Amino acid sequence: MTEVLIDIKNVNRIYRDDAGHKIYALRNVNLQILRGEIISFIGPSGCGKTTLLRLLAGLDKPQSGSLSIEGKIIDKPHFERGFIFQQPALFPWNTVEENISAPLKARKIYAENKHKAARYISMMGLAGFEKSYPHELSGGMAQRAAIARALLSEPKVLLLDEPLGALDAFKRSELQNNLIEIWQKTKTTMALVTHDVDEAVYLSSRIAVMTSRPGKISKIINVELGQNRDRNDDGFIALRKEILKELRLASISPQPEYNI
Amino acid sequence: MNDEKTYALKSKRIKWFENPLISEDKVYWKPKRAIWFWLAVLSFAAAFGVNVFIAPLQETQILPYRIFLASAVFLLLSLHAAALRNPFLRAKLYHYCQFIFALGIFLSVWDLLTDKTSVLPVPYFPSAASVLQVMVLDHALILKSALYSLRLFFAGFLTGIVLGVSSGILIGWARQWDYWLSPIIKVSGIIPPVVWIPLALSILPGSFSTGVFLIFAASWFPVASMTANGISSTPKKYFEAAQTFGAQKKYLLFKVAVPHAMPNIFMGILTAAAFSFTTLIVSEMIGAKAGLGFYINWAKAWGAYSKMYAAIVIIALEFSVILLIIGIFRRRVLRWQKGIVK
Repeated sequence: MTEVLIDIKNVNRIYRDDAGHKIYALRNVNLQILRGEIISFIGPSGCGKTTLLRLLAGLDKPQSGSLSIEGKIIDKPHFERGFIFQQPALFPWNTVEENISAPLKARKIYAENKHKAARYISMMGLAGFEKSYPHELSGGMAQRAAIARALLSEPKVLLLDEPLGALDAFKRSELQNNLIEIWQKTKTTMALVTHDVDEAVYLSSRIAVMTSRPGKISKIINVELGQNRDRNDDGFIALRKEILKELRLASISPQPEYNI
Repeated sequence: MNDEKTYALKSKRIKWFENPLISEDKVYWKPKRAIWFWLAVLSFAAAFGVNVFIAPLQETQILPYRIFLASAVFLLLSLHAAALRNPFLRAKLYHYCQFIFALGIFLSVWDLLTDKTSVLPVPYFPSAASVLQVMVLDHALILKSALYSLRLFFAGFLTGIVLGVSSGILIGWARQWDYWLSPIIKVSGIIPPVVWIPLALSILPGSFSTGVFLIFAASWFPVASMTANGISSTPKKYFEAAQTFGAQKKYLLFKVAVPHAMPNIFMGILTAAAFSFTTLIVSEMIGAKAGLGFYINWAKAWGAYSKMYAAIVIIALEFSVILLIIGIFRRRVLRWQKGIVK
């Protein structure tokens, strides 16, 4: 369980605002993601958590530092790093089945792997909706379809960018349990960006608390609650308090980069 | 939905139009009373009566017109017979009955004002009977002209679509193509294609190639600009999602950008069709020795106005069929839009 899968070394991601000032979306970020863990990134908006996830996906590049997976530098998107967007980016012109099997077609391995699509469709509870179009699905089902599409490539890591942020409370807890089931079945490493403290504690093995301006990881908290977590458990509540305290500390002492 | 339908059909307790699927239908909303149907039948019978019982002033062969009216009445009655067992067909039929009634009245009045009394100026406003007569007598030439126009239309239109879609894809996809082609499209788009007629007639080998060129010029611009717009407006999230599941450039273009552009492409094609119809007829009227545009001009030169009207009717039919075919393609390709767009 302690094998390093992803190594993030001294990563800096700098934007320039309209006035030309440097804004550190990420500053000197170092982190190792272990194989088979679920790690959450939590923090106020602007702390660079989504930027970090996009760097991991290869959708963005750092100005300095490096990200690598199994020793290989990440410089462009690859199907071994699945990505789930906040809004399920399903193709509206394809049916659920076509959407989920799209990765196979994109890689031209559809013919010999057709059966896999059906497996993930039933695993994500989408059986019977194969011929439906995305707009005919509920938000939760659409997100499940997007997850099935990413899982089909059997990725080494699943990157989830606030995947449940757009759902109502019931759908959210349902999908959280779905994610745990997937993890138990496949042991896929997951990196989850969230702004929901409970979600982070409920799902993760580790939580990286991030602060903004400059975006960096301020603390990494190990979650040792075992499986079948209870949101009212003492340990759960204590962790929630600890994270909230950490987040408050971060927001009370903002460090202005410049004054207007 | 289906249960409701069968329930309503089987139930004897409610009248056929009390089924909510019929009574609350937004499309076929006209009154569900038999009276308008019988009035419609009556109005066509009246048109027939006017033609039979009032002596004509003009020399017209009336048989085709009478056959037309009689078959209209027959068609209405047989539709009604079929509709008695199918409430949905019945609702549809009754919906159109007020209009059919008005049509029957219009035909009667038209007959009265032309053939029966010559109130309307004589060669310019022929009777419906004489237009139909011309269609029957001159059917060989009209058919030939219609087919010729069709051939010219498709030659130019398909060239326009193929080149329009491909150049639109290039413009929307690659900024080099956008840089060089966009200004050309913008300028050529505002020039009405018919201005090229004098030049095209002298440079190109024949009237057919002139027509093809003009229709191509009319259809290329809307198709290309709409396609380019659809390609370049593809949301970034679709590309990013595809990249993270292993898609390469070719997939991003043909399986993401092009499907996203499809609604726009069809809008371009429909606009192009409308432009092309005008261009087709104008180019045939000016340069050609065949086709419906030529036929209209030729008929006018001989003062044969019935023939002109006959040709206009055929043009209307031909273009409706073309639009119908495009519509069928469109519904098939864009069936995923059902439920998103109204």
